[in-house]
Amino acid sequence: MTGAMGARGVVFLGSPAFPDAARTALADDRLRANLRRATTTIRDKRLAATGELDDWEELRAAGEAIKRHTLRHLPYYLERLEESVTAAGGTVHWAADAAEANRIVTELIRATGATEILKIKSMATQEIGLNEALADAGVTACETDLAELIVQLGEDRPSHILVPAIHRNRGEIRDLFAAEMGHWGRPAPEGLTDEPAALAEAARLHLREKFLRAEVAVSGANFACADTGTVAVVESEGNGRMCLTLPETLITVMGIEKVLPAFTDLEVFLQLLPRSSTGERMNPYTSLWTGTTPGDGPSAFHLVLLDNGRTDTLADEVGRQALHCIRCSACLNVCPVYERTGGHAYGSVYPGPIGAVLTPQLVGVEHASSLPFASTLCGACYDACPVRINIPEVLTHLRAKAVEAKAGHRRLPTLEALAMKGATAVLVSPARLGLAQRAASLGGRLLSRRGRIGRLPGPFRGWSDTRDTPAPPAESFRAWWRANRAGGQR
Amino acid sequence: MSTRDTILGRARAALGDVPPAERPEEAPIPRGYRRSHADVPLVELFAERVADYRATVTVAPEHQAARTVGRLLADRGLTRAVVPDGFPDAWLPGGTFTRLGDAPPRTPAELDGIGAVLSTCAVAIAVTGTIVLDAGPGQGRRALTLLPDYHLCVVRAEQIAGDVPEAIALLDPTRPLTFVSGPSATSDIELDRVEGVHGPRTLDVIILTSTEEA
Ligand code: SF4
Repeated sequence: MTGAMGARGVVFLGSPAFPDAARTALADDRLRANLRRATTTIRDKRLAATGELDDWEELRAAGEAIKRHTLRHLPYYLERLEESVTAAGGTVHWAADAAEANRIVTELIRATGATEILKIKSMATQEIGLNEALADAGVTACETDLAELIVQLGEDRPSHILVPAIHRNRGEIRDLFAAEMGHWGRPAPEGLTDEPAALAEAARLHLREKFLRAEVAVSGANFACADTGTVAVVESEGNGRMCLTLPETLITVMGIEKVLPAFTDLEVFLQLLPRSSTGERMNPYTSLWTGTTPGDGPSAFHLVLLDNGRTDTLADEVGRQALHCIRCSACLNVCPVYERTGGHAYGSVYPGPIGAVLTPQLVGVEHASSLPFASTLCGACYDACPVRINIPEVLTHLRAKAVEAKAGHRRLPTLEALAMKGATAVLVSPARLGLAQRAASLGGRLLSRRGRIGRLPGPFRGWSDTRDTPAPPAESFRAWWRANRAGGQR
Repeated sequence: MSTRDTILGRARAALGDVPPAERPEEAPIPRGYRRSHADVPLVELFAERVADYRATVTVAPEHQAARTVGRLLADRGLTRAVVPDGFPDAWLPGGTFTRLGDAPPRTPAELDGIGAVLSTCAVAIAVTGTIVLDAGPGQGRRALTLLPDYHLCVVRAEQIAGDVPEAIALLDPTRPLTFVSGPSATSDIELDRVEGVHGPRTLDVIILTSTEEA
């Protein structure tokens, strides 16, 4: 599967639209079982890790306030970051869009003469389609995160921010390793079993050979401190440390919203991120570096600051808060829609609730108009978000924009614009949504044929006139949510 | 116009709603969160939290450092290790142990082959069970504590900070910093946790208490 570039250069599989993709995913029982297990496990761990801190709400409030303040003065902090990184021996580049970022990275790699580079999992480089651009330029980009390696060997797409290969089970991974590793480097050992430890060992051996001779690595960044120029990468496996330490040249591609005012602000985010993300008190490895250090690590450090739709997002006073996101994936794990459809249905590198609010803003809402509807507005994402992004508020706001854009441009049949308006009217009111869904759940099962329904009763009728809608599960999302929330939530 | 100016210009235009009187660096950030969540003695808490990550923890009085290091290495069947400059000689075991240096700098392949490293640390964090390396004395450049498959880290009790904010305040951001919380791990295959992927697969931690405390 290859990605199509959206209008502004965000890799985005614009088609099929969310409802169609969701229908396909819902039919896949194993994906659903894997996802349910993943989201439940991580959700429980997160609740334990955040529940341990009696000032969790104060930390969230600080995280939100720091992010909001930084965005409101973004030009100032970006200029400070540039000064600090430069003073510490790094070089800062600016990229307005994906094409420019890809060109900058490609030229930097060409200048080193390397034809193979290593990568650390990074959403920004997925967003701009860097690997594909490098392949066109004759450079092989090897993913070093285990899940990304699985995805890359399978010529696949990530389905979850945190565990991108969650849609694959161990037997498939074994087969992939056995069949594909040899094409990229050291083959998998003979007689490889499907034990996770054996698979991890195969990845260790395969990648170690690459780490030892790496000349160039490309990373993303979790945070960058404007006052000191310090850049942070948070990880678990150690592939990040390898890539940040061993090559001569390090290229970091970072969205401009990742800047923090001060090094000391890490005291908030290094508590919020690991506990929200993997539900650990601290992730195994966090690397912080400031420019270059003689005799230790890369001798050349390049920081590419990426806009690619972010300044447009900034211009929307309601939508702006989506740029607070620290990519912890907590909102995915609590989302009843995500749990049932998986990440691929969102057609974007940013899945789940954050994808539903970020992707339409990055690519332009007219190009991703179904995504803001990929939610029940239950609010669980807002409660979980460590930087307090009010996702339901942004969703509702974007829904209105999507409907306007459709009506204004007449790109699609008026019928669909009308259907969306109908859906908006229902979905903006949680109480009405609950009623409508219970009605749909009862009616839908009566009407469904082989798990597919042609026409929904009540308020959903308009929607199902233009979209073949999946049969609602026996319990509606909200009924399911209420039942499950009673069990584990605060 | 350069791309830099384009992006900064777009960002300024996007922020027309921010009143000019609102200044950067003067934000009223609510910092009502705790400096530390530690509620028991730090040595005890740090030891418990490191052990949670399935690293081993040994608490020993400082005068028994060499004996403790020697015993841990012997338990693993190791007779040699990379020892960065500045690691106290008094903490090294005698007998058959071979101390390997890093001058001139060893290649990644050599470090990979040696398989063991001893180090000190810059700071430790009790609540999160984290050791922080800053490439200072006794730690060496980052590759030394990354490539060998076994890492033995010696922490002096007074280096243990309560929690993340206290630790951040003690660190020098101009140095390369690595936070280590247990051995490397992945949960990428069906969420089964596997310890040890690319970093050292075994982490042993010794906490040295001053002789009076012990
Ligand atoms: S929106 Fe919030 S919860 Fe979701 S990934 Fe971003 S920071 Fe995490």
